[in-house]
Amino acid sequence: MAEFFSKWKEALNRTSKAAFGRLATVFGATEIDEFTWEELEALLLQADLGIQTTQEILNVLQKKAAQQGIIRASDLRNLLRSELIQRLDPAPPIDLDHHKPAVVLIVGVNGSGKTTTIAKLGKKYSQQGKKVLLGAADTFRAAAVDQLEIWAERLNLPIVSGQPNADPGAVAYDTIQAAISRNVDLVFIDTAGRLHTRYNLMEELKKVYRVSGKALPGAPHATWLVLDATTGQNALQQAKAFKEAVQITGIILAKLDSSARGGMAFAIQKELGIPILFAGLGEQPDDLQPFDREAFVDGILA
Amino acid sequence: MFESLSQRLEQVFQQLRRRGKLSEQDVDAAMREVRLALLEADVHFSVVKDFISRVRERAVGAEVSKALNPAQQVIKIVHEELIKTLGEPARLNLSGPKPRVIMMVGLQGSGKTTAAAKLASLLRSQGERVELVAADPYRPAAIKQLQTLGERIGVPVYTESGVKPPELVSRAFEKAQKSGVSVLIVDTAGRSQLDNALMDELKAITRRVTPNEILLVVDAMIGQEALHVAEGFRDTVTLTGLMLTKMDGDARGGAAISIRAVTGVPLKFLGTGEAIDAIEVYDPGRLASRILGMGDVIGLIERA
Ligand SMILES: Nc1nc2c(ncn2[C@@H]2O[C@H](COP(=O)(O)OP(=O)(O)OP(=O)(O)O)[C@@H](O)[C@H]2O)c(=O)[nH]1
Ligand SMILES: Nc1nc2c(ncn2[C@@H]2O[C@H](COP(=O)(O)OP(=O)(O)OP(=O)(O)O)[C@@H](O)[C@H]2O)c(=O)[nH]1
Ligand SMILES: [Mg+2]
Ligand SMILES: [Mg+2]
Repeated sequence: MAEFFSKWKEALNRTSKAAFGRLATVFGATEIDEFTWEELEALLLQADLGIQTTQEILNVLQKKAAQQGIIRASDLRNLLRSELIQRLDPAPPIDLDHHKPAVVLIVGVNGSGKTTTIAKLGKKYSQQGKKVLLGAADTFRAAAVDQLEIWAERLNLPIVSGQPNADPGAVAYDTIQAAISRNVDLVFIDTAGRLHTRYNLMEELKKVYRVSGKALPGAPHATWLVLDATTGQNALQQAKAFKEAVQITGIILAKLDSSARGGMAFAIQKELGIPILFAGLGEQPDDLQPFDREAFVDGILA
Repeated sequence: MFESLSQRLEQVFQQLRRRGKLSEQDVDAAMREVRLALLEADVHFSVVKDFISRVRERAVGAEVSKALNPAQQVIKIVHEELIKTLGEPARLNLSGPKPRVIMMVGLQGSGKTTAAAKLASLLRSQGERVELVAADPYRPAAIKQLQTLGERIGVPVYTESGVKPPELVSRAFEKAQKSGVSVLIVDTAGRSQLDNALMDELKAITRRVTPNEILLVVDAMIGQEALHVAEGFRDTVTLTGLMLTKMDGDARGGAAISIRAVTGVPLKFLGTGEAIDAIEVYDPGRLASRILGMGDVIGLIERA
């Protein structure tokens, strides 16, 4: 646990350099005035919370500050922090123990971090003693299969790979079949990146989803959307569209080690109620941590 | 989900008579809506602020013409200012001794490798002798990805394992010089502007070869951090152009404004799909309309 916090902190320290002094001016020892609220708005907007969420939060804070008789700007910080935290659900326990194999489908737009996240997940769960199998069902993008194969080799994980341009549904099917016959605990299936606006590609994804259920009734048991934390307002549309297509059960926020704050998580949480499960904090297999809403909010306030 | 800017402005101006000058109050009310639209499009907060004050100045006292109602008048001004900020599309600078070097830089997953292949294909069709350089030794199968794309379009790919990117690029350059290659396109690894070691690596590459073009490749879906990303790359290398990728989605692409504002480098291309030929020279008017979240309204106003 200590290591987890230091990892996340380390990432925060790196990013806060980019925003030096930002908070000192907002939460200084001055009295709250018009300027304070403007600065707070700027802070939230720049963290990609979006104008709607930002205004909601400011309204709540203004009300609370009045009710509680808060007049010093420095006292607002705690109020804001708890307001932000309570807008996010704590990462729920991930329960994949009831199915054997449990199948997890990984989806998302192009380049969001899916394949790398699968390597991270594979490492994490195999270290916990689970027998993991990877399925490389991105048969579309150049060398996507090779990419996951290299990770599998480095991490010493078995993998079922599709041939270039093979039907991704068939690869998913084969992977799940292999998992059943090899007595595997957990299957992670990589899919090609696709923009949520591309009708045909979303239909293809639905098919992968359906075919998984044919290979093993109830599969996929979880479908996780990998979102790039540097994404702005479009993240909500992505989450909506993928949820509609394949019933997203969890979100993984990748690239939270970047300078971006990932503030769209608030709107997604509120509008879609999908829990955020993990944070991606780097390009290496160890760079995945359970989503920690306090650390996340501190990242926004850092 | 959101009303279009024009609808919102129509509401703002509902009370206003059709003729006369726009007053300060009219304009302020309108600017609130414009601000929202730009923020929803991911234009950086501080850039929005500057932009609004510029537009405001122009709009106060503007004569509402016979042809346009106040809402349209404001949109016309906003649109024109956006176009001005976005600037004209610029061509690649392919002058000077051969081989000319084009280097792709940007965040992880922004679309550099794909863009390198797209450019290679485009330039080859224009008669250039192109070679790609695989200077990303970090991401698993990044080299294989570029090789696969290179094979697909029939462009050779320079690779060498175990050689650091600056040395690799330098060797590729010397070889290209000898073999009469006219354009060398360098694919670099994705990196954060905060990663000092990797940013130094970029600098080191440019000390070994002097690129004609250093193109910042940015995902159109990027949010507010676009500004800091652009600043970080600008402070490290001499950016010469911007390529906005994944424009085939429904992101508004307001980051283009922020990046233009801080770097001043021109937009050179748009990526509009995963296919090799999905590369376009951009149109400022169309991008401005997209950022404002409005399509045909502009056409109507422009014709008026
Ligand atoms: N800094 C950082 N980079 C990451 C993280 N996750 C992934 N990346 C990088 O982002 C880039 C894209 O990652 P991929 O895993 O290939 O993304 P993908 O979603 O599989 O991409 P496509 O399959 O092409 O859609 C790579 O350079 C990764 O190393 C993260 O948490 N932090
Ligand atoms: N829809 C769409 N996808 C794109 C576009 N450009 C690139 N992509 C996809 O985005 C993903 C990432 O592209 P890459 O070219 O690998 O990105 P990169 O910047 O080289 O990534 P790293 O090397 O990991 O930093 C891939 O799935 C590409 O197919 C585009 O214009 N539209
Ligand atoms: Mg992938
Ligand atoms: Mg690449």
